[in-house]
Amino acid sequence: MSNRLSWFIILMLVVGFIFLYGPMVSVVIYSFNDNKLATLWGGFSTRWYPALLANDQMLRAAKHSLIIGVVSATFATTFGTIAGYVLARYRKFRGRTLFSGMVTAPLVMPEVITGLSLLLLFVAMKDLFGWPNRGLMTVILAHITFTLSYVTIVMQSRFTTLDISLEEAALDLGARPLKVFMVITLPIVAPAIISGWLLSFTISLDDLVITSYTNGPGSTTLPQVIFSAVRLGVNPSINALATIIIAVVAFGVVTSHILMTRAERRRQRDIQMALQSNK
Amino acid sequence: MAAERAKADSQTETWNDPDAVPYIRIENVTKKFGDFVAVNNVSLDVYRGELFALLGGSGCGKTTLLRMLAGFEQPTTGKIYIDGVDMADIPPYERPTNMMFQSYALFPHMTVEQNVSFGLKQDRVPADEIKKRVGDILDMVQMRNFAHRKPHQLSGGQRQRVALARSLVKEPKLLLLDEPLGALDKKLREATQFEIMNIQDRLGITFMVVTHDQEEAMTLATRIGVMNHGQIVQVGTPKEIYEYPNTKFVADFIGSVNLFEGYIQEDEADHVLIASEEAGCPIYIDHGISAAPGAEVFVAIRPEKLELSKTSTGTGHNCTPGTVKGVAYMGNLSVYLVQLDSGKEVKISMSNQRRAAEHAIDWDDRVYVTWHANSPVALLS
Repeated sequence: MSNRLSWFIILMLVVGFIFLYGPMVSVVIYSFNDNKLATLWGGFSTRWYPALLANDQMLRAAKHSLIIGVVSATFATTFGTIAGYVLARYRKFRGRTLFSGMVTAPLVMPEVITGLSLLLLFVAMKDLFGWPNRGLMTVILAHITFTLSYVTIVMQSRFTTLDISLEEAALDLGARPLKVFMVITLPIVAPAIISGWLLSFTISLDDLVITSYTNGPGSTTLPQVIFSAVRLGVNPSINALATIIIAVVAFGVVTSHILMTRAERRRQRDIQMALQSNK
Repeated sequence: MAAERAKADSQTETWNDPDAVPYIRIENVTKKFGDFVAVNNVSLDVYRGELFALLGGSGCGKTTLLRMLAGFEQPTTGKIYIDGVDMADIPPYERPTNMMFQSYALFPHMTVEQNVSFGLKQDRVPADEIKKRVGDILDMVQMRNFAHRKPHQLSGGQRQRVALARSLVKEPKLLLLDEPLGALDKKLREATQFEIMNIQDRLGITFMVVTHDQEEAMTLATRIGVMNHGQIVQVGTPKEIYEYPNTKFVADFIGSVNLFEGYIQEDEADHVLIASEEAGCPIYIDHGISAAPGAEVFVAIRPEKLELSKTSTGTGHNCTPGTVKGVAYMGNLSVYLVQLDSGKEVKISMSNQRRAAEHAIDWDDRVYVTWHANSPVALLS
């Protein structure tokens, strides 16, 4: 087989990339559109970016989204790590199947149903205990509920592949179980915890359906603002906002990729050195 | 060195001393995983300062037994005492044992030094003492120069040495080793075997080694317990196990062996005569075995205890004719494959005291296989 790419493969590559990134590129290009109508080109301008900063509603929504994302990701990661540990390590306990099913149910449940059921729950609780008022708190609770499943899955698979004799070795050397978990288990699975956190943060940041059900007035999130703005007609400042988000995400992905490949390359070199130094 | 050791052992055969108190006492221990019986009613005494090897194939229950000593598994029934203390309710972190894991289980996020000092830190040993003891033990395993490396920066042999150092640094009274030399190549293995024996002599720690490698068990151990299907089939010194196996399984598992099926013709106090069609001649053994005449027995003879010659001894027993079917030259010795006239194939190994070319016996030669009357072992099961 020839090593040269045939024109067909190159064509498929180009088509594929256009399919994936074409929409994003058009968003970026139109964010520099001078025209008030977002879909009609009217010359180059950067005026939508300062306009974005002047848009209080948008900024407040961004702040709400960040708070909700950080708080719910943190709680979801904490509980999800514990749930994943239990599911991976304690193979037999009463109600394990039920527990495992219930933890992962929100993954397969349609968001509309999850949102509706949470709304009903919050309304009933409000009637019974006078708490919680719909707002940031209810959205955070809702987001913890469904991002928890993702973290649990990630952590369960990480704990399953973790060599149990590492923990046994620490026990054997005199560390008590809680200490073993904090000093041995957690640091080793830290990368998985971080990616679990990032995953739930991203999911929380971009959720619209469940947020709409459980949110109250005064705590509108970014996706809600964008969605309602789009219903009134696409405003070029939305394009500017989207461009910023794309830039931030791309920056994050690219830096983490660079860091990871660099670490991996160093690891490979160390292994090579170790093999050569000891024959 | 080996000779010195053998001498020391013969003076201190604590297991033969009726007054000695065992350091580890395993009493009728059974461990079941669901319906699977991993360890089946094992009783075993191990004495202070011993290097005891549990030997057996995979799945024979030897690792489970070791893990019960470390406290990672609880016996389903039975008791384990270490130094006279019932271990039933004592968690791993309070036992006077340390274990070296088969996978080494080095903490990947810690340097060599941090790995080794981990156990001492748990005991709240003062920092300067930790530093000294870790330094000493790293010197002993020749890993001082690698103190600041992480485990993934080490080769297999280096990791193994760090794991050994980590399990030794707390100076446990009982050191448990799970296939300690499994991942090493032959040269490094031999060096480490001597290292372990050295450490054992020097520190007087009681060692319990799990291995599937009979050569390793023979070299290292003061005594060996051979396990099969969750049971200990025989306990004895390497010499006892090799020279006087008590079952066909042990004879076959330790070293190689030629087995002949037969039945007892005469069993007197000073000799046994066994008729065997497979052997092609009566087998005469120069001691009694107290079994009923007519009983079925297996006779085991080690390849190095058989001899080849071109002429018959003419005694009528312990001498059977055959044809050489193969010769494997192995440097220090040659292994001959001889098909006896009964059809049975036997292995004979002879040391090459003279140059191979001068050996008179070659392929397809007619030969007599002979052995001394104290060489065969009669096995009733």
